[in-house]
Amino acid sequence: MKERPSSRQKILLPLCVLLAALALWSLLSVLRLFPESLFPSPGQVARGFYEEMQRGRLFDDTIASLFRVSVGFVLAVVLGVPFGLWLGHRVGARMAFLPVINFFRSLSPLAWIPFAILWFGIGDTPAIFLIFMAAFFPIVLATLSAVAGIPTIYFRVAQDYGIGGVEMLCRVTLPAIMPQVITALRVTAGLSWLVVVAAEMIAGRDGLGFLIWDARNGLRSDLLVVGMIVIGFMGVVIDRILVQLTRIPSVRWGYER
Amino acid sequence: MSDKRIELQDVSHAFGTVEVIKSLNLTISDHEIVAIVGPSGCGKTTLLNLLSGHEPPSSGSIQRVGKARMIYQQDGLFPWLTVEENIALGLRHQKDEEARRRQVRDLLTFIRLEGFAGHYPHQLSGGMRQRVELARALAGETDILLMDEPFSALDYITRLRMRHELAEIFNERPRTVILVTHDIEEAAQLADRIVVLSERPARIINVIPIRLPRPRNLTHPLVVEAIHCILAQMGLEDAVIGPELQPAKA
Ligand SMILES: Nc1ncnc2c1ncn2[C@@H]1O[C@H](COP(=O)(O)OP(=O)(O)OP(=O)(O)O)[C@@H](O)[C@H]1O
Ligand SMILES: [Mg+2]
Repeated sequence: MKERPSSRQKILLPLCVLLAALALWSLLSVLRLFPESLFPSPGQVARGFYEEMQRGRLFDDTIASLFRVSVGFVLAVVLGVPFGLWLGHRVGARMAFLPVINFFRSLSPLAWIPFAILWFGIGDTPAIFLIFMAAFFPIVLATLSAVAGIPTIYFRVAQDYGIGGVEMLCRVTLPAIMPQVITALRVTAGLSWLVVVAAEMIAGRDGLGFLIWDARNGLRSDLLVVGMIVIGFMGVVIDRILVQLTRIPSVRWGYER
Repeated sequence: MSDKRIELQDVSHAFGTVEVIKSLNLTISDHEIVAIVGPSGCGKTTLLNLLSGHEPPSSGSIQRVGKARMIYQQDGLFPWLTVEENIALGLRHQKDEEARRRQVRDLLTFIRLEGFAGHYPHQLSGGMRQRVELARALAGETDILLMDEPFSALDYITRLRMRHELAEIFNERPRTVILVTHDIEEAAQLADRIVVLSERPARIINVIPIRLPRPRNLTHPLVVEAIHCILAQMGLEDAVIGPELQPAKA
């Protein structure tokens, strides 16, 4: 039996856990079990946060990271979905490409970091490249397996009702794979957000990844925590935005079986 | 145009080594309603797939004049379209927006799902989905309907009612219909001819013609007799029919 939580519970219960974690954190720092430079107190972090906000750097870094993720991710979607569609329909092409795609999907995108820097230097481009490498292959795979898994009956019905060609693509294939593609978008957007932090730590001059790397070099553990909180928070925000796609009425069927 | 809508000549079909249909000969004329009954797994759905052209037969030839629509045994509705949109799919040729809306509304009334126009298939029961599928196939001007147990998920009373209304719809706009069913009453009330198939591999073991206008009462002597005839054939009732009532052998 599933319990149905009330909307008040939905806010109060997580808030309790949050406050408890905060209390534990405060307690640990008050007890001074660890040196202050290694374990910043909530107060220090709050001050660091305010300081960064004042300087405007936190905002700029967040925008820089979001920009890179957006460009890399959108590129991966725009190229990956059509490629997956094509592979899904062509058995021969699928056989030819699948091993390569599986290889690159299993290769950690971080392994590309050295080449990314050698080829593209420092800045936006290497990060965008790494995000693309992280998102493209999973999107292709999810799309092609969704297409290959469309029940034959839908194509037969479409034929019975005189649907063919481009219309078949728009009115049958795309809506039929949409739920699985949306799930893949959520997973890969999360992946891209993980990758951008790593990319910026090594190949960046700004961005949230660079922010925490810089804080570490400056021995500012309070700013380190500030960066971590913003990264985690933005990751959740991105996922919440993409979850909205699953609320579209014409894709609900894919999640309610 | 020839009077023969559909003609099967010596059609056989096998999935790998599994023989499903064996040397089947059947001619169906324009606007005839043919019911096909037979044990589960004998090859009825396969036969419809051959007739629709979605599957080519292993051997033999199938002639078909006109467009066919199939009402599928399992979910053939598009889950991403609402009930209304699914039905409107059957009216794609209808350019006039207003006329199309009116026809969809009429069909919704026919299947008694007026309040469900905006629902998606996954929000409906199995029987409701079946009725939507029927409405979608009836929408528009299709000449040939291939129906695969279209009422199997409905309760007895709804089934009787749908049968009656379907008979009237066919009177208004005659079509060639091939109706696969497990319901012998349904076959006897709707069909001009009942084709009885054997166990797999399916062969025709009997053809029972029923010359009687529709809609027919379930208790009409000829309907009762046809039902009795099939049951006797299956060894479920004692044959007590006089020689003058014996059905024509296939
Ligand atoms: N795609 C397929 N591949 C292999 N075998 C199949 C396939 N489709 C059907 N069969 C076999 O063909 C036989 C007939 O199947 P079919 O679906 O035509 O039966 P049916 O008469 O419609 O049964 P029911 O009344 O239960 O719907 C079955 O034995 C089934 O195992
Ligand atoms: Mg069947």
